[in-house]
Amino acid sequence: MNELATNHTGARRARYLAVFICLIAAFAVLTVWNINSGSVNISVSKIARIIFLRQGNDTEIDIIWTLRMPRIITSAVLGGGLALAGFLMQTFFGNPIAGPFVLGISSGSKLFVALTMILALRFVSYVSSWMMILAAFVGALIAMGFVLLAAKSIKQMSMLLVAGIMINYICSAITEFMITFAQDSDIVNLHNWSLGSFSGIKWSGVRVSSAIIIISLIVVFLMAKPIGAYQMGESYAQSMGVNVKRFRVVLIFMSSLIAGCVTAYAGPISFVGIAVPHLIKMLLKTAKPILVIPACFLGGGVFCMFCDYIARTAFAPVELSISTVTALFGAPVVIIMLIRRHSAKA
Amino acid sequence: MSEYYFRTSDLSVGYNGKTLIHDIEINIRAGEILTLIGPNGSGKSTILKSITKHLSVIRGDSFIADASVNSMSFKELSQKLAVVLTERIKGELLTCYDVVATGRYPYTNTLGLLGPEDREKVYAAMRRVHADELAEKDFTAISDGQRQRVLLARAICQEPEIIVLDEPTSFLDIRHKLELLSILRSMAKEKGITVIMSLHEIDLAQKISDKIMCVHGDIISHFGTPDEIFHEDIINELYGITAGTFNIAFGSVELPRPEGEPEIFVISGCGSGINTFRRLQKENRPFYAGILYENDIDCQVARTLAAETVTEAPFMPISDAAYDRALELMKKCKSVICTGVPLGESNRRIRDLIEAADSLGILQRE
Repeated sequence: MNELATNHTGARRARYLAVFICLIAAFAVLTVWNINSGSVNISVSKIARIIFLRQGNDTEIDIIWTLRMPRIITSAVLGGGLALAGFLMQTFFGNPIAGPFVLGISSGSKLFVALTMILALRFVSYVSSWMMILAAFVGALIAMGFVLLAAKSIKQMSMLLVAGIMINYICSAITEFMITFAQDSDIVNLHNWSLGSFSGIKWSGVRVSSAIIIISLIVVFLMAKPIGAYQMGESYAQSMGVNVKRFRVVLIFMSSLIAGCVTAYAGPISFVGIAVPHLIKMLLKTAKPILVIPACFLGGGVFCMFCDYIARTAFAPVELSISTVTALFGAPVVIIMLIRRHSAKA
Repeated sequence: MSEYYFRTSDLSVGYNGKTLIHDIEINIRAGEILTLIGPNGSGKSTILKSITKHLSVIRGDSFIADASVNSMSFKELSQKLAVVLTERIKGELLTCYDVVATGRYPYTNTLGLLGPEDREKVYAAMRRVHADELAEKDFTAISDGQRQRVLLARAICQEPEIIVLDEPTSFLDIRHKLELLSILRSMAKEKGITVIMSLHEIDLAQKISDKIMCVHGDIISHFGTPDEIFHEDIINELYGITAGTFNIAFGSVELPRPEGEPEIFVISGCGSGINTFRRLQKENRPFYAGILYENDIDCQVARTLAAETVTEAPFMPISDAAYDRALELMKKCKSVICTGVPLGESNRRIRDLIEAADSLGILQRE
């Protein structure tokens, strides 16, 4: 009996280890690949010298340090954050296709960030990172509030998503409306951003967003235990000693903060929040938060770096919006997941 | 220290501030099994959920070893009380082992990692309910009976002093019902774990419980030992049984007796008549039965199904009164069925009765 159990545990551990090694390897490969590709060809050895020794010609240093590096870090960290926010929302709603984009949380953030940008540029003529993040967070919370209201009055899972889609449309409509009336100088940036993009972020933004996301990751990781209990359902979680009311508030707060922070810098990005947690759970063959949380973060980073690579290079010099690419790879995953779930039930 | 391990005082429960059931007074000792019985929607689950703090109480309090449940934190409560609920576990990709292991939650560190001792307790709990071979199976892929056992193992490895179960036997076949209840029974008696549960099967409730509580709409109509509670009038009133009867001695149920003027008389004894009684009931043909000794098993069934049963006190010779009444009824009938009865010294007048039927030309032997 115990021997059998040990065998099983051994096989499981080997699987977990393999998944993490693959993720880390993919992460490393994509990082190098991303730094190494772009409209200007710079060899790997030159890149290494630029990064580690800061030696090279000024243009190349500039390309690496102010264009490629911030973008790679952003796509890795924010991608990880998105996957994490998706996982939290799926846990919260007990719904495998919940996520910051589908529930309209990203759009809520988008609306508030656009509003803040337009007002700030008009009246104080600068926008700080903190203002953007605060606006995105408030927008996320407000959108989340509406989703929760809808979820409370209508218990059906599918209605939750319908509510999210409606919020999505309303927020996008208002955002478009505001962009139409914004000053010409704001429009280009705002429009690109509102479609979702990792480009144009500065080091200051990288630092702030990374700090928020990494701290959130640690907090969420420390919540792995109650999240695991909550996956069993509210009543069982409570009977294990979880203060469910408080836990729900913290979960909402964390997922809105992460989703808001991502949106503030990269705009709304679709499908990462649903597809990545699902893929990770399939690979690990478990939903245990203590494994899924770090794996989701890594996986989200890998997924977004990969998608950003395609967005940048597929039709260079024209850039695709990141959502176009994430949807292209993410949506099939979601469809397959839904079909498999359905057939598993039948 | 009160003599009772678990008690409630002046407890009122309900939803959204509205009282559903008031004046709930439970008093049970450690290691006792309390079963809540009552019709559907009478509020058994509401009471259980209030005891487990899933619902906030409207008034009053519960006490576990004199500690107030109201003022206990969820964490404190989780180390004393475990639950088996009716709601389905949502989790995905969970093995049965994983589900049982969640019972260790109140005892693990911040990250919830299990130590070797915890793992041993998980396996011990699974062995306890004969579910150890399920450990690596997916929780959604097992049968209802297995699922209930796994959930019970989960509750056991939480090392509670009280287990609260909401209709643990629903959806189980008879074998799994008996298995589950006997596990509860031995846990209560051997480990002194107090069990509070709701059951639909009152026959099983009668046999497993130390205390019974009858939940009847807004009040608790009765609370006491099974001996005190299981009387035909209490049960019939609690469930509002008008059609059919509940047999207290055996916990069995019979459908209502056929209406109308009987045309059949059944002579039987020592259990030979039960199948005939039930067949006649199904065919909706009213009948008389007799002469039966009051301690005869046929008599138990005949009383609930026959239009009239002629009886005699146990071990007594058949009296004139009984014989005359039987003969009188028999003469009204178009046929007499004799299912066979051992004849001895005291009941030899049955032979006279059979002969009388024969001479009337209405006797059928079976």
